[in-house]
Amino acid sequence: MIRKLLVLAAVAAGTTAIAGPALAQNEQFIPLLVYRTGPYAPNGIPFADGVSDYLNLLNERDGGINGVKLTSEECETGYATDKGVECYERLKGNGPTGASYFSPLSTGITFALTEKAPGDKIPLLTLGYGRSESRDGTVFPWNFIAVGSYWTAADIAIQQIAKEMGGFDKLKGKKVSLVYHDSPYGKEPIPALEARAKKDGFEFKAIAVTHPGVEQKSQWLAIRQDRPDYVLLWGWGVMNSTAIKEAAAVGYPRDKMIGVWWSGAEPDVTPAGDQSIGYKALMLQHPPGKFKVHEDLEKYLVSKGKSIAKDDFAQVLYNRGLINSMLGTEAIRTAQTKFGNKPLTGEQIRWGFENLNLTADRIKELGFEGMLKPMKFTCQDHQGADQARIQQWDGKAWKTISEYFTADESILAPMVKEQAAKYAAEKKITPRDCSKES
Amino acid sequence: MILFGQVLEVLIGGLLSGVLYSLVALGFVLIFKASGVFNFAQGAMVLLAGLALVRSLDFLAARGIPVWAAVMLGLLFAAVIMAITAWLVERFVLGPLVNQDGLTLFMSTIGATFVLEGASQMIFGSDVYPLRLFPNDAWFLFESVFPGGILVNKLDVWGGLIAGALVAGLAVFFQRTKTGRALRAVADDHAAAQSVGIPISWIWFVVWLAAGLVALVAATVWGTKLGVQFSITFLALKALPVLIIGGFTSVPGAIVGGLIVGAGEKLAEVYLGPHIGGGIEYWFAYVLALAVLLVRPQGLFGERLIERI
Repeated sequence: MIRKLLVLAAVAAGTTAIAGPALAQNEQFIPLLVYRTGPYAPNGIPFADGVSDYLNLLNERDGGINGVKLTSEECETGYATDKGVECYERLKGNGPTGASYFSPLSTGITFALTEKAPGDKIPLLTLGYGRSESRDGTVFPWNFIAVGSYWTAADIAIQQIAKEMGGFDKLKGKKVSLVYHDSPYGKEPIPALEARAKKDGFEFKAIAVTHPGVEQKSQWLAIRQDRPDYVLLWGWGVMNSTAIKEAAAVGYPRDKMIGVWWSGAEPDVTPAGDQSIGYKALMLQHPPGKFKVHEDLEKYLVSKGKSIAKDDFAQVLYNRGLINSMLGTEAIRTAQTKFGNKPLTGEQIRWGFENLNLTADRIKELGFEGMLKPMKFTCQDHQGADQARIQQWDGKAWKTISEYFTADESILAPMVKEQAAKYAAEKKITPRDCSKES
Repeated sequence: MILFGQVLEVLIGGLLSGVLYSLVALGFVLIFKASGVFNFAQGAMVLLAGLALVRSLDFLAARGIPVWAAVMLGLLFAAVIMAITAWLVERFVLGPLVNQDGLTLFMSTIGATFVLEGASQMIFGSDVYPLRLFPNDAWFLFESVFPGGILVNKLDVWGGLIAGALVAGLAVFFQRTKTGRALRAVADDHAAAQSVGIPISWIWFVVWLAAGLVALVAATVWGTKLGVQFSITFLALKALPVLIIGGFTSVPGAIVGGLIVGAGEKLAEVYLGPHIGGGIEYWFAYVLALAVLLVRPQGLFGERLIERI
């Protein structure tokens, strides 16, 4: 702890040092909404560490992005929407050109900021969370629900169940229950699962768990009585490990449980010990473990005592934090090709996101080969990808157990279109005509 | 028969969960009964006690100390931490507020809550720390009568036994010891207690220490159930309806209140929840509490306050 405080102090001192008046005009500011305390801290910390370490790596290794130094400031949200909005208001104007983008790591905060971002012209990078219909960039110009939405996740979870059962035709008459965090986040997959239940003929039941999820006995007794064939878990923080423990207590097989990618990290399984063995979860493409980028992190940060990660280095959520910062900074780099190598505004960076094309070669060059598949964002498509894999906990580590699944866009695309149109009508938004934008 | 078995299982599970809430509620009762202060910080004290215990256990286990010795030393360390906390609270929070009204004292415990939450995470960490002091698997009873049997979690039974022992111990303490009677005198009137020579600072230290030790006991059970982590502080919210129903001044009331809340919320969640959207157990406990307030404002076992004007 003391080591972490010292490192944070050193990082803060470094930030202050480069924030002097002489350099202030050549800095790109990235606000960091984090939660290092509170009920969701065990999951918030590794993600925040990954986010910060990647930004620091670019500064230490490359001197920033094309000569533009990256500065950042953390603001503690505690996963609370009101605090998240407060942090947004406090940080949005920092730096010579304001905030580059926000990544709140909270669907609730994302819902609130979706209303504010258009006015402030600041992109929201929501990696694998947020409004599923925000994939539609014509209605949600400022939201980038990169890599996958909860509808993507729900669809792929059902594909995995169908694979295990021997085909989609075997789903007919089966029972699938969703145990979900009773919040905008937890409710998000329900429409997609209802659509799949209608198409595939299985019985779907949604079971709510109240925040933070420390008491789930009644939900799991109900599951014991109802005996669903599969349980999908849409939890966060303590809710995940508690669900696994309660499943074990009522004798529900862990290998019939599939968690969303926010229920598939080390803090979700280790507290339950051996009871977690066999539990499965979706991967937001990437696994835990070290890749090429980690060699640079070790060389430029860890070995010099400049990494703020500790035991979480290369864990699932740490790696996701790295990807979050990689996508954001690649959007900045892309935007620089049009607007010049200088600090850019949120509006200019939005152009960078919409023209971000992460090819296999570029992913390899960045050191993320094996973590991500190529993805391309456009004015219309703010998600860039719709693939995921499945991992399983063996008691010591996550093991990838599937190839890539691709979400069934014949089901999801009309849903995105319909819900985005509904949102546009409610908010009186005129959708953009992407053919008229360069 | 199947339905009867299912209802019985939910009822038993609810009653045993309620006893676990009572473990937290007892800490509130202890301080209120002895000092007239509603201690908002009880949930934070459970967190602090749990973190001190589990982190010291991890430290000792990593150095090859035998498990039984590590548990004893860990409990001792956590007890010392709670004693230091009690002294600090008396010295810097409550001591300067002697003879202030109850609301002022209550507000000071809110402040203490945030300090304890922040300090305990800063010192001991904010991760999830597994604690395995009690078995966490289940018995399946009457399998020949009910298909699948009646599930009873062993940890919940341990919690019930511990709560029973605590209640017996506290009853003896309050009724049979000189310090216990002095605590009750202080609760009635600080000034009057001082005037007959009761050392109020010492009494407050003793009662906060006792509440800290009750928090440590609660942390051993809840820590085994959830892992020691910040979310344990939310148990204070689960204890509140228990207190309203049982009465703020009654140790047996905390147990009965816990049983009512536990059984009520579990039955409501399983059989009423699916018809109204689910996720109702948190607020349903307060519905029960409000119903009791309408009939008996002092709670089922609380002391009826009669003031002469």
